[in-house]
Amino acid sequence: MKHGVTICHFTRDHCFWHKVTAHPRALESVLRTAHQMIVETDGMTDTLERARVSGQSRGEVIREICRHLVPFQTGERPITGDTVIAKDLTIDSLAIMDMVMELEDHFDISIPMNVVAEIHTVDQLADTIQKLCARR
Amino acid sequence: MGLFDRHAGLLEAYRDVRTTGYDPFQIRMERVLSPTEAIINGRKMLLVGTNNYFGLTFDPSCMEAAIEAIRAEGTGTTGSRIANGSYSEHVALEQEIAEFYGKKHCMVFTTGYQANLGLISTLAGEGDQLLIDADSHASIYDACKMTQAEVVRFKHNDPSSLDARLRRLGDRPGNRVVVLEGIYSMLGDSAPLREFIDVCKKYGAYVIVDEAHSLGALGDNGRGLCESTGVIDDCHFIVGTFSKTLGAIGGYCVSDDPDFDILRVTVRSYMFTASLPPSIVASVRQALKVVKAKPELRTQLWSNVSTLYEGLAAKGFKLGPEHGPVVGVHLPDPMTAIGFWRAMLDAGIYVNVAIPPATPNGVSLLRCSVCAVHTKEQLEHMIEVMTGIGRQLGVLDDRTLRVVGGAR
Repeated sequence: MKHGVTICHFTRDHCFWHKVTAHPRALESVLRTAHQMIVETDGMTDTLERARVSGQSRGEVIREICRHLVPFQTGERPITGDTVIAKDLTIDSLAIMDMVMELEDHFDISIPMNVVAEIHTVDQLADTIQKLCARR
Repeated sequence: MGLFDRHAGLLEAYRDVRTTGYDPFQIRMERVLSPTEAIINGRKMLLVGTNNYFGLTFDPSCMEAAIEAIRAEGTGTTGSRIANGSYSEHVALEQEIAEFYGKKHCMVFTTGYQANLGLISTLAGEGDQLLIDADSHASIYDACKMTQAEVVRFKHNDPSSLDARLRRLGDRPGNRVVVLEGIYSMLGDSAPLREFIDVCKKYGAYVIVDEAHSLGALGDNGRGLCESTGVIDDCHFIVGTFSKTLGAIGGYCVSDDPDFDILRVTVRSYMFTASLPPSIVASVRQALKVVKAKPELRTQLWSNVSTLYEGLAAKGFKLGPEHGPVVGVHLPDPMTAIGFWRAMLDAGIYVNVAIPPATPNGVSLLRCSVCAVHTKEQLEHMIEVMTGIGRQLGVLDDRTLRVVGGAR
C-alpha cells in the first residue's frame, strides 16, 4: 500500500514543498536523514513518530505550534516566537490546554498543567517541548 | 489594574448572555412545587434541568425523616466533625454507604465538590502524577490547582490517550492517580470504564471514579457505572454526591484501603468546614433506602430518557453521543443557545444553557436532565415545543424534518 504525504523542507528564508508517495518504510529512511522537515497530513503518524524519536529541530517545533495557532490569529499580525498565546490570539484557556494535548501526542511527551501555566509565549512553549523531547 | 479588569472578557460575554432580558445563571425559582414543576416569573414551569434524577426531593418518606431529625437534633452541627464531633447519624450514613458499595470505608463530605477537591488534592501529593479526563468537572480541575502532584490531561473518554500518558511516565517514581467520571455532566456520556481500568492495571495506577451523575441511574442496584461495568473491586476510590439522585446535598467517598481513615485528619475540605446538618443526613439515609427499595424508579428514568432522546433525535436535533439522564442538545453557537433557552422559558420549560468556557470543545448546549417522575406527556410536550423553536430559529432543517420526522 502506498502512502502520500506532503513534505515541507525549509531553510531560514525558503520553504520547499514536495509531494511524496512512498511506502512507509521508504519514507522512514527519508525522514531519518532529514532534520529540517515537517510532514503534514495522511494517516502515517506512527511511522513518523518512530522517525522523530531523536531531538526536534527548533523550526519544526515552532511550525507545529503555529499550525495549531493559526486559526486563532488576529488580523494580519504574524505569529512569532514572541507572540503571547493567551493575549495576542483569540484562543481561550481550554483551547490552549486542548492544543497542548495535541502537541503532547505529536511529540510523544507530556507537559504537566503546572508547566503549561508558566508558559506565555510561543518561544517558551517551543523551549518546553524541545527540553522534554531531549529528555525522552 | 483594577480588581475586576481581568474579568473584562467574561463580563462582556455575560452581558451578551443577558441580552434576552433574563439571566440564565440567576433564575429565581419563586416557588418549587414538585420535582418537575416550579413557579418562575409568575408562571408554572416544567423543570427539565435540575439533576433531580429520581425526583426524591419531594419523597414523603425522605421529607418526614428530615423533619423528624430537625426536631430531634436541631438545625445544624455548627462545626466540623473533628471539632464538634460526629453525630451518630453521620457514622450510620457512612456505614450504610460503605455497605451499599460493599466497601470497607466511607467518608461523608458537606458537598460533592468538597469531596473531589479534598480527596484528589490529598491523595495525589508531591512527586505523584495525577491524570485527569479533559472533560472533568470543575471540582476535579480545582483539586488539580491545589495538589502538589504533576497533572496531565488525557483526551475525553479515550483509554489509549491515558495509556500514552502513563507509558510516557516510564519508570519515574511516584504514584499514578487517574480520575474518571461515571457519567459526564454536559453531554450525558459515560466513560469506557472497563477499558480505562485495564489501562490503569497495566501501569499500576490508582483509580478514582466520580459517580455524581450515575448514582442510582446505572447498575442493577444503582451504584453507578462501576457496577454496570462490573469493576467495583477495581475502583480504589468511588466518589459521589447526595445532591442529585438522593435529592439533598453532600458528598462521599468509599474505599477498601486499610489506611483510609487517615484522610479524616488530612483532607482539609473535610476538616475545616461544618459537617452536614441532621436533617440532610436523615433524608439522605432515607433516600438511599428508597433507591434500594424502588428499582422501578431507575426503569422509569431510563424510559423517560429514551422518550426524550429518541423524540428529539427523530426531529433532527444533534444530541450527546448516547442515552443518559443528561441529554445535551447541540446548538450552533452561544447566542442561539441563549435564544433557544429563553424561548423555552417563554414556553414554560426550564432547562440549562451551557456555553463556553463551561463546555468541552467550545460547544453550546441546552442541557436537559431527566427525572424518573416526569410524565410521558410532559416530555412529549417538551419535544413539540423544542421542535417549534428549533424550526423558528433555523436550527432544524425543514427537509431533514420531513425525512426524519416522517408523517406528523
